[in-house]
Amino acid sequence: MATSKVTAANFDDVVLKSSIPVLVDFWAEWCGPCRAIGPILEDLSNEYGEKIKIVKLNTDEESAIAIKYGVTSIPMLNVYVNGEVVKTIIGAKPKPALLKDLEAFI
Amino acid sequence: MIRDLVIVGSGPAGYTAAIYAARAQLSPVLYEGSVTAGGALMTTTEVENFPGFVDGVMGPELMESMRKQAARFGTELITDDVVEMDLKGEIKTIKDGSGHVIQARAVILATGSAYRHIGLANEDRLSGRGVSWCATCDGFFFRDQTIAVVGGGDSAVEEATFLTKFASKVVLIHRRDTLRASKIMADRALNNPKIEMLWNTEVVDILGENKVEALALRNTLTGELSQRDFTGLFVAIGHIPRSELLIGQIDCDNEGYVKVEGRSTKTNLPGVFACGDLVDHTYRQAITAAGSGCQAALDAEKFLSH
Repeated sequence: MATSKVTAANFDDVVLKSSIPVLVDFWAEWCGPCRAIGPILEDLSNEYGEKIKIVKLNTDEESAIAIKYGVTSIPMLNVYVNGEVVKTIIGAKPKPALLKDLEAFI
Repeated sequence: MIRDLVIVGSGPAGYTAAIYAARAQLSPVLYEGSVTAGGALMTTTEVENFPGFVDGVMGPELMESMRKQAARFGTELITDDVVEMDLKGEIKTIKDGSGHVIQARAVILATGSAYRHIGLANEDRLSGRGVSWCATCDGFFFRDQTIAVVGGGDSAVEEATFLTKFASKVVLIHRRDTLRASKIMADRALNNPKIEMLWNTEVVDILGENKVEALALRNTLTGELSQRDFTGLFVAIGHIPRSELLIGQIDCDNEGYVKVEGRSTKTNLPGVFACGDLVDHTYRQAITAAGSGCQAALDAEKFLSH
């Protein structure tokens, strides 16, 4: 499945209360490396969407959530399990490196 | 099928090589990199010194134009990373991140450079926790804070100036007492009321449990140690050549730059050419990288015609 957009309005339901792990991509339009990994995350979502839900949070539009989770560098990928952050990946990485980082979840 | 030419790398050097090679009917394949496509200019803002752009041009926009120009003449662009190269012998073999293998008679190396790290133990630990190498990516998150930039060249000065859009104060830490940056950029920073210069100073440690809280500093003249609170540190102390896949099979100097013959782009291996920041200790500009990319394509074309 394709990635979906998450906002303050549905963050609790989509991310924190999810029954499967959720990867949140903290990104912004003006961030080149964020745009570079966009297609990779779409691929991962298509391939592994049943095991890990991949959603995108625009840090410009949702700065309160970005601040709450201490984002100081994007792209930042947080994996949430049962509402807790269990993994943080910072910076753009090629697909094989991301797969390795996420191997516990897929 | 054995191709004529594979180009590895996609900054101004790689794209320019592709434009020339494609126009010379060499049907080049260009590996752009899966997350580094476009190269160093992708994380810059306005480029004011690229000839032909009277009012400046945004770095990513310039790269997008070069990319389209390369594609227009028939370059096959592959958005993946090269993970292995065998460049010895008449036929060169290149393997990418998806496991595909491609063979070619000539290769142009244009892999550019990566950010240099200070080399402090806490630098990687706090990376993304206040330590950053990309002001345009991360500056936004330091709104109304006091942050430090370390370095004295063009990129340090550009980053410091850019960061004043967000930060309440930017302290530029440099180990000498003059900037290496071009005069126009240095003057802009020195006259910026939000930028404070900390001369003759080096960062000796980055302090903080889960995020950057302070820097330990040392005066390079007196040796005096001090500590100062910062919530962010932007590192802009230059670059190192991305030659890690090449070491051992191609002649590099002791800093890892690929060696080329005289004013050409020829490496010690026949059919292998190198250009851009990968070979350049000195100039490291978008325009010089583009120029050397052009040379590499012409050198490769000549090689292939024999």
